Amino acid sequence: MDRFLFLTFDGLSRGAVYAAFALALVLIWRAARIVNFAQGAMAVATAYVAYSVADATGSYWLGFIVALVAGLLLGAGVERVVMRFVDHSSPLNGVVVALGLVLIIQGVLGMVYGNEFRPATAPFSRDGFDVGGIALLSNYDLFVFGAVGAVVVLLTLLFTRTPTGLRMRAAAFAPDVSRLLGVPVGGMLTLGWALAAAVGSLAGMLVIPTELGLHPTAMDIVFISAFTAAVVGGLDSPIGSVLGGLIVGLLLSYISGYLGATVAPMAVLALLVVVLLGRPDGLFSRSAKARTA
Amino acid sequence: MTIVKDRLKSATAAPTRAARLNPLIVLVVGAAIIVALTYTLPPFRTYQLATVGAYLCVTAGLTVLTGLNGQLSLGHGALMATGAYTLALWQNKFNLLAVGIVVAILVTTAVGAVIGLAAARLRGPYLAGLTLAVAVVVPSITSTFDETFNSDQGLSVILNPPPESMTVEQWQAWLCWGAALITVFALTILTRGRFGRDMRAVRDDETAARLAGISVARTQVSAFVVSAACAGLAGALFAVIAQSVSPGAFPLTLSLFLLMAIVIGGLGRLTGALIGALLLVALPAIAHEIGESAGSQRLEGNLALTFFGVVLVVVMLAAPGGLASLRIPFRRFRTKKH
Amino acid sequence: MKRTATVLVAAVLLAAAGCSNSGNGSGTSSADTPGVTDTEIVVGTHMPLTGPAAAGYSKIAPATKAYFDYVNANGGIHGRKITYKIMDDGYNPANTQQVVRQLVLQDKVFAILNGLGTPTHSGVLDFLKTNRVPDLFVASGSRSWNQPDKYPGTFGFNPDYTVEGKILATHVKEKFAGKKVCFLGQDDDFGRDSLAGIEKVLGPVAAKQTYVTSNPNVGPQMGALKAAACEVVMLATVPGFTALSIGTGAKIGFKPQYVVSNVGSDPTTLAKTLGPAAGLLEGVVAANYLPLANDSANPWIQLYTKVNSQYNNNAEMDNNVVYGMSVAYLFVQALQSAGKDLTRDGIIAAVQKGGFTGPGLVPVRYSATDHSGYGGEQLTTIEGGQAKYFGKAFRTDDKDAAVEVYESSPAAPPANGIPAA
Repeated sequence: MDRFLFLTFDGLSRGAVYAAFALALVLIWRAARIVNFAQGAMAVATAYVAYSVADATGSYWLGFIVALVAGLLLGAGVERVVMRFVDHSSPLNGVVVALGLVLIIQGVLGMVYGNEFRPATAPFSRDGFDVGGIALLSNYDLFVFGAVGAVVVLLTLLFTRTPTGLRMRAAAFAPDVSRLLGVPVGGMLTLGWALAAAVGSLAGMLVIPTELGLHPTAMDIVFISAFTAAVVGGLDSPIGSVLGGLIVGLLLSYISGYLGATVAPMAVLALLVVVLLGRPDGLFSRSAKARTA
Repeated sequence: MTIVKDRLKSATAAPTRAARLNPLIVLVVGAAIIVALTYTLPPFRTYQLATVGAYLCVTAGLTVLTGLNGQLSLGHGALMATGAYTLALWQNKFNLLAVGIVVAILVTTAVGAVIGLAAARLRGPYLAGLTLAVAVVVPSITSTFDETFNSDQGLSVILNPPPESMTVEQWQAWLCWGAALITVFALTILTRGRFGRDMRAVRDDETAARLAGISVARTQVSAFVVSAACAGLAGALFAVIAQSVSPGAFPLTLSLFLLMAIVIGGLGRLTGALIGALLLVALPAIAHEIGESAGSQRLEGNLALTFFGVVLVVVMLAAPGGLASLRIPFRRFRTKKH
Repeated sequence: MKRTATVLVAAVLLAAAGCSNSGNGSGTSSADTPGVTDTEIVVGTHMPLTGPAAAGYSKIAPATKAYFDYVNANGGIHGRKITYKIMDDGYNPANTQQVVRQLVLQDKVFAILNGLGTPTHSGVLDFLKTNRVPDLFVASGSRSWNQPDKYPGTFGFNPDYTVEGKILATHVKEKFAGKKVCFLGQDDDFGRDSLAGIEKVLGPVAAKQTYVTSNPNVGPQMGALKAAACEVVMLATVPGFTALSIGTGAKIGFKPQYVVSNVGSDPTTLAKTLGPAAGLLEGVVAANYLPLANDSANPWIQLYTKVNSQYNNNAEMDNNVVYGMSVAYLFVQALQSAGKDLTRDGIIAAVQKGGFTGPGLVPVRYSATDHSGYGGEQLTTIEGGQAKYFGKAFRTDDKDAAVEVYESSPAAPPANGIPAA
């Protein structure tokens, strides 16, 4: 029972990160009908910048803020410089361009920082504190829950309570009408990419200290888990992506804990296959036929 | 909607027009060139030549899948691994190379059929995401079933030494290029026929294809199976060249590189597949030389990576049909004159 | 189709042209020994300079090269200077295949020296044998290197993991009698050989777990060991995963006594990887067979420190630097012993002749029938962030021989720091 509780909390903690990352994917999908396969690489790039700043200034939190700002800028830049010019007639094109960006980002990071793992320190202790005799949660886990929760609340407020959020939704769902009504559709698209990339950066900053550390490919596996989370929740559903993240996190935790760590990627693949073939629009999505869009 | 498809269409118009020339001639000429090269190149270059041949098998198959049929797969690295492990296990048990290669192709074809059945129901990013998950599952399988696959360490492959009259590298180059030329020959015949027409029709407009009586799903699954067979062959050849297999030989980057190769070479053109296969071997080698002369370890692998990425993005923005499609206006002009 | 054929021909010829001008040709006549001229010996190695196993290990080859540069600056060996080509394989067996072919077929190295890693080097044994390339002092303790009949040119360097496992387990048996002993190891010959040695002494362990370097998450394994209530955990891990395991254990409130294989125990590397959690290393037991980097009174460390400051950009002295230079010292000894007429057979004969004295606490075991490296180790523990030896050096074999004390103390280095002929 102790072990089950531990695995549950550990899974929720990882799931929260997947949720944030999946949310970033959904934001871009809703705005531009592109699954941003470069999301992981972009998040790693901003994490490198953050740790460079943290090393230079001695302040983790300054680095943390820099990561989010760098995410905003990188997201806007990628949309403005590259993605805007992709021919969207075939869904293939966006995917291929994003994969090209992955190679570029990983190559440049390798040239600048080297391909060795660089230890990434966590801002809070990762030692679990005892709750009734079992070490369930660490301060770091609480930080993860807090940060992801804050992002979800802020994004919800943005989209439901502010004029900008309304314009972004309008630009995404009815670009032509929005344009006629004077909404700067291009600008909203850029803003969507910027926000999504910043959320991705946050997820990167949260997950990297829990593994071997900074490495150009550090987010590859995380990306696939998060993609699965987004598909499980439905690519059109922000709430679904958060739930999907938690589901994937829990599943991976139980599978790793009871069957072994090496089984986890197979479980992700199996889940992805089952959901895609059985309920392709996601468990929580309302719109139909998303998979063929 | 139109630009890409026009380009793709034009890019793939070549085979129909070229059908008048006998692919057998290409086969014979290609074989002659390879034999000549294996007697003139130093051993390491011959080894690299063999690698190009092995890559050509898989890039040719992928070209058919993505270029002619419009399906994207990031999972062909994993299919290569399937072929490679099958060959390794077969060799270590029976040591009959020719049969082993056939078995490797058959097993990979079967696995490809399973993935293809799922893939035929998916489009765009969903297909990419699913095949991406396939690509990263290889190390998971090899370490979960470590008694069979020996985890990250992998398996060594038992091989009989080549005939006395040739060096190991010459033998490798002949084997790989023999297989590659047969693959290209077979694919040429296949894509010029009804199957090729069906695939192009499905890629260009599924609804229209369906109205014309083409089974969309069957065509897509067939295309996937054909490309999987090619990947299995390539994997088996890599196992032979390296005399070993390990999951590290089939990383995610390999699948991305394969995609890069066919996109740059020109979607849907077998010549493009050859250019892509050459680049896959030549670019990292050149990057290595540059890195070495610059005295920078960091440059070596990363230079090739960055270059591949830049080319991929630039080609997709400027000419989504691949480099080969840049010559389209000229060809279209000539075609019209006929 | 004509165009297609033309492009095909052009592409192949282009490739051929592009290839052959950078190749160094096959002009060497068979009478000559590859990689050896009157003024130069070219030697190559494969090392993880990047990737999950690079932590610490990436410092070994530069240290080896630094010692060679020191020897070269002092006139070289029989008038020949040593060129050391270091190739990065990222601890990926597939890359090792590639870079070793490049070293042998393209760069025409005389020998492969100190290629690192059990999974990586296992894959190139056959290739090196086919090409008759001496494969000296492999940087791993797998028993595969000691197969003189099957691989006559391959020699180990590290004590076998089985020998090490027996020595570490003997300590555990005496010091932690009655405690629950568990094992976490790499899922390859490294882990398997270690476990074999441990179980020869202790019998079956209470729980065993494995990891692969391609999956940097050992949470489930550490969780399972905790659930099994292990009191002593023996690790057969590379440094990055030693740190990861200890750190992950602490995260779940699991702090057993750790007993770590030599190859994953350099405290400098571990402390760097653990960062602020380096305090967890206190009391960790490991073993070594070379002088410790922090023992500044040791004459070998003094020599290495001098070489390190002159030829290695004054890299931080740790046990990896000591290791790299000790490999270089042994190779120079072998070259001296092989004499002026250097051939591949000659160097193999020289190594088999044995009789090397060096920095090791116990001797290397080379003979015509034994190609394994150092035959024992002494235990270390970490106190105040520094490793230090305790007790005595032990020797044993990979079979059922008892673990016995080795009394002789190591030789002092020659005055000029270079072994004589």
